[in-house]
Amino acid sequence: MLLASLLIASFVIFGALYLAPGNPISALSGGRALPASAMHVLEQRYHLNQPFLTQYWYWLDNALHGNLGLSITLQENVSSVIGARIWTTAGLVLYAALIILVIGIGSGIFAALRPGLADTSVLVSTAVSAAVPSFVAAIVLVLVFSVKLGWFPALGNGAGFWSSVQHFTLPAVALAFSSIAIVSRVTRAAVREESDREHVQTAISRGIPSRLLVRRHILRNAAIPIATVSGITIASLIAVAAVVETAFSLNGLGAYLVQAAESKDLAVVQGISLVLVAAFVLINALVDVLYAVLDPRVSLGSRAQ
Amino acid sequence: MTASDQDANVPTAEGAAGALTASDGPAAAPLLEVDGLTVRLPVGGVKRAVLRDVSLTVRAGEAVGLVGESGSGKSMTARAIDRLLPGGAEVDGQIRCSGRDVSELAGADLRAFRTKVAMIFQDPRAHVNPVRRIGDFMTEAMRTNLGVPPRYAQMRALDMLAQVGIDDGERRMRQYPHELSGGMLQRVMIAAALLTDPRLLLADEPTTALDVTTQAEVMAILDELRREYGLAMLFITHDLELAAAICDRTVVMYAGQIVEVRSSELLHDDPLHPYTAALAAARPDIARTTARLRAIPGRPLSAFEAPADECAFAPRCPHASDACRAGVPGLTALDGGLSRCVRAAELRGQLTVSHE
Amino acid sequence: MRTASLLRGTGVAGMISAAVILAATILAIIGPFVAPYSPVLPNLNMTWVGPVGGHLLGFDFAGRDVLSRLMAGAQSSMLGPLAVVAGAMALGTVIAVVAAWRQGLADTVISSGLDILFAFPGILLAVLAAAVFGAGLTAASVALAIAYMPYVARVLRGAALKERGQPYVAALEVQGSSATSICLRHIVPNMLPLIVAQATIMFGWAMVDLAAISFLGLGVQPPAPNWGVMISENQPGILQGYPLPALSAGLCIVGVVIAFNVLGERLFQQAQAQQTRLQQPQVPQAQVRQRQAVAR
Repeated sequence: MLLASLLIASFVIFGALYLAPGNPISALSGGRALPASAMHVLEQRYHLNQPFLTQYWYWLDNALHGNLGLSITLQENVSSVIGARIWTTAGLVLYAALIILVIGIGSGIFAALRPGLADTSVLVSTAVSAAVPSFVAAIVLVLVFSVKLGWFPALGNGAGFWSSVQHFTLPAVALAFSSIAIVSRVTRAAVREESDREHVQTAISRGIPSRLLVRRHILRNAAIPIATVSGITIASLIAVAAVVETAFSLNGLGAYLVQAAESKDLAVVQGISLVLVAAFVLINALVDVLYAVLDPRVSLGSRAQ
Repeated sequence: MTASDQDANVPTAEGAAGALTASDGPAAAPLLEVDGLTVRLPVGGVKRAVLRDVSLTVRAGEAVGLVGESGSGKSMTARAIDRLLPGGAEVDGQIRCSGRDVSELAGADLRAFRTKVAMIFQDPRAHVNPVRRIGDFMTEAMRTNLGVPPRYAQMRALDMLAQVGIDDGERRMRQYPHELSGGMLQRVMIAAALLTDPRLLLADEPTTALDVTTQAEVMAILDELRREYGLAMLFITHDLELAAAICDRTVVMYAGQIVEVRSSELLHDDPLHPYTAALAAARPDIARTTARLRAIPGRPLSAFEAPADECAFAPRCPHASDACRAGVPGLTALDGGLSRCVRAAELRGQLTVSHE
Repeated sequence: MRTASLLRGTGVAGMISAAVILAATILAIIGPFVAPYSPVLPNLNMTWVGPVGGHLLGFDFAGRDVLSRLMAGAQSSMLGPLAVVAGAMALGTVIAVVAAWRQGLADTVISSGLDILFAFPGILLAVLAAAVFGAGLTAASVALAIAYMPYVARVLRGAALKERGQPYVAALEVQGSSATSICLRHIVPNMLPLIVAQATIMFGWAMVDLAAISFLGLGVQPPAPNWGVMISENQPGILQGYPLPALSAGLCIVGVVIAFNVLGERLFQQAQAQQTRLQQPQVPQAQVRQRQAVAR
C-alpha cells in the first residue's frame, strides 16, 4: 500500500510538469528565454522527445539513483542541494516531535488522571493552542523570547551543536505548538476511556495497586491510539516545517522548496516534493508497524479501519 | 476511584488474611455479612437509590444464589461487597467479612481482602485486557499481591488451567485473549480467580454472555471446583432454576430489595413471595404445551422507580391487597426462610406454579 | 427552527463562537467598503508609526492604516477557506455516499484510492500547485480542497454506511425508489449535522493553511490585503520593535479559527449524540441511564 502511495505520488509530482501552462521546456526554465544549446541540453537530459511514460520512467529511475536533475536557479545538482539542507529540516522536525511527545502526552495523562482544575486548564489551553498557526506562534515567540527577553536568537541556523540547539528551539516550539493540542486531547480521551473499561475493573477487583494499574492496564492500552495520533501528527510536521523555516530563515528543505516554487525552478520543486512525500509515507508506514506491535489483535496494514 | 485506596507500602497478606480466614467452624461468625446495605448512585445528576436495606449472610463453604431481573440490584450488591461501586456512590449500612468492616479497609488490608474475595464477571471478553497474554492475566494477582515467584506462579496457573478443562495450557498461556473463544475465556477467568486462594467467590452472571451449550460446561466446572476447594459463593443470575440447582440457598431481589430468602430445594414448590412464584411460572416448561406464555404484567422496576411507601411489587402482583399498599413491608420469617410479603403466611401453598 | 435549536445546544461557548464567525463574515462582505482609510495605498511618511488619532492600530511597514487593512483583508482571508471547504465537502460527500452505497468492489477501490491520496499533506500540494500554475489564491484553494477531500470522504463514509444499513433505506428500496433519490433525499439530509460539524472544523484548518500559504508568498499576493500576507510583510517589524501590525493580523486569524474550532467541536458532539440516540430502542431515558449504571 505504501509503495503504491509513493508511486502514485511520484507520478503526480512528475506529471505536474505537464500540467503547467506552456510546453515543458518553458516550465523547466521557469519561463526564461534560453539559448538554443541550453534548450538542446534540456531536451536530451529530460528525454523530452520521448513518450510521456518513458520520460516518467527515466525520471523515476534517475531519482532512485540519486539524480534529481539540475536546479536552474542555482546551477547545482538538486540532490546535492537537498543533501546540504536535509539535516536542518530533519533536526527541526525531530526537535519538534520531541516537544510534542513530551508535553502533549504528558499533559494528556496529567489531565486524565487528575480531574478538576488541572483537567480544565489543560483543556482550555489546548483549545487555544490548536488555533494558533505555526507562523503566528513564530512571531509571538520571537517577540517574547527573542526581542523582549533575549533568551533565544531569532534567525538563522547557528554553527556547532549547542548553538544549533539554541537557534532551533524557538522554531521547534512554533512548529510543535498547534500539534501539541491534538496529541494532548487524544491522550486524555484515551486514558480516560481506558480507565473506564471493564478489564480495569477486573484488575481492581484483584487488588492490583493503582500505580501498577495505571501503568500495565490503562497506559499500556491507551498507548495504541496515542501512538497512532502522535505518529500521524509528526508526519504532518514535514509539510508545516516549510512555513517555520521561512519564518525563522532556516536553510532547510522546506524553505528552499518555497523559494524554488516562487522562482518556478521545477526540477527542485519536484525533487524536494518527492523527498518530502517519501518521508511522509515512510513515517505513516512506521506508525502502521507500531500499531501492529502495540495491539496484538491487529495484523499489519489494517490500521485504515 | 477505589483503586487508589489500595496503595500502600509492602503488602502484608498474612496479617489481614488471617482475620479473613478465621475459624470456619459452624459456630464461627459467617464469612460474609451484609447488613442493611443501602446504596445511592447519581443517575442523570440526581442521587437515586439502587439498593434498599439489603441484608444477607454467606457462611463459609456455602453457595448462595442471588436472583433478580434487570434493575433488581443484584450486580450492585456484588460490587458493593467488593468495593467496586462507581464514583459518587453513597453507601449506608455495613458489609462485614469475617467480622471486619469492609469499608474501613485500606491499602495493604484492602488488597489482601481482594485476594480472598474473587470476582468472576459476566462478559469475559470485556473483562480481560486484550493486549496482554493469558499467562500474564492469570499470574498477575499472584505475582503482585502474594509475592509468588514468576516461575512458580506459571506452574500453578498451568495446573489450574488443566483443572478447568483447558488442555495444551502452555500454548494457551502464550496466546492473547482474542485468540480464545468466549467459553474458554470464561474458564480462564474462573481459573485465575481460584489462583489467589480465595475464600469467597462472587460470580456475576458468569454464563449469561455464553451460548447455551458452553453455559452448561462452564457452570459444571464452576460448581465442581467450588465444592472441591470448599469455597463460599455468591452466585448472581437472572435464572431462578439455575441458582436453585447449584446453590444451597437462594435470595430473590426485586427493585433493590430482598423479597425472599429460601432454601433452594423448597423454593420452586413452596415459594414464600408472589414474585418468586411469578418468576418460576414465567419459565416455560419443556414437558407441557401451553397456549400462551405466562409473563408478569408490567416491567421490572429499579429501586428508585418503585413506589416508596408501599410494597414495590404491588402494582404487578395478582394477590395485592390494601394492606400491601399501606407501607413498605418488612421481612417476615417463615418456615426457615424470609419473605417480604405482608400476606406471605396466608398465601402459603397457593403460590405454587400451575401451568394451566 | 432547527438551526436555532442546534445553536442553542452548543452552549455559551458555541454561541459566542457563532457570533464571532458572524462578525467575521459580515466584515468579509463589507470590509473593503467600510474601512476608514485606504488599505492599499502606501504612505512612506507614516511607516511603523504607532496608534495615534483615529488609527487604533497604527501603521504598517508601508505606512498604511493597520485597522483598515485588517478589515479589508477579511474578505480574502474568509473567502479562500470557504472555497476550500465547499469543494472538499461537496467532492467528499459524493465520494463517501457512492462508496457507502455501492459497497463491495467499488468501495474497496475508492477506499484504497483515498488511502493513497492521504500521502499528500495539504500545504505540499499547494506549494506544488503554486510552482506549476503560479502563485495565487485560486491555485492554492483548489489544491487544498483536493488534499482535504480524502479526510472528509473517510469520515462521511462511516456515517453513510450507517445510514445505508438503516431499515428505512431497505424499505424505500423495496418501494422502488431510485438510488439517487434515496441518497439525495434521505441519506445525505440525515448526515447533515455531521456534515455541518465537519465543515465548520475544516474551515478553521483551511484558514490556517491558506494563511500559511499566503505567508509564504505563494497565495494572495501583496499588496492585496490578507491576514497571512500581513504577518509576512510586517514580520521585520517585530525585530525592530514594532510588533503591532503583525500581531494584530495574527490575533484576527487565531480568534476566528478558535471560534470555528469551538463551534465545530460542539456541533460534532451534537451530531454524535443524535446518532447514538437514534440507534437505541425507544426506552425512557431514565431507565436507560439506570440500566447503564446497574450494568457496570
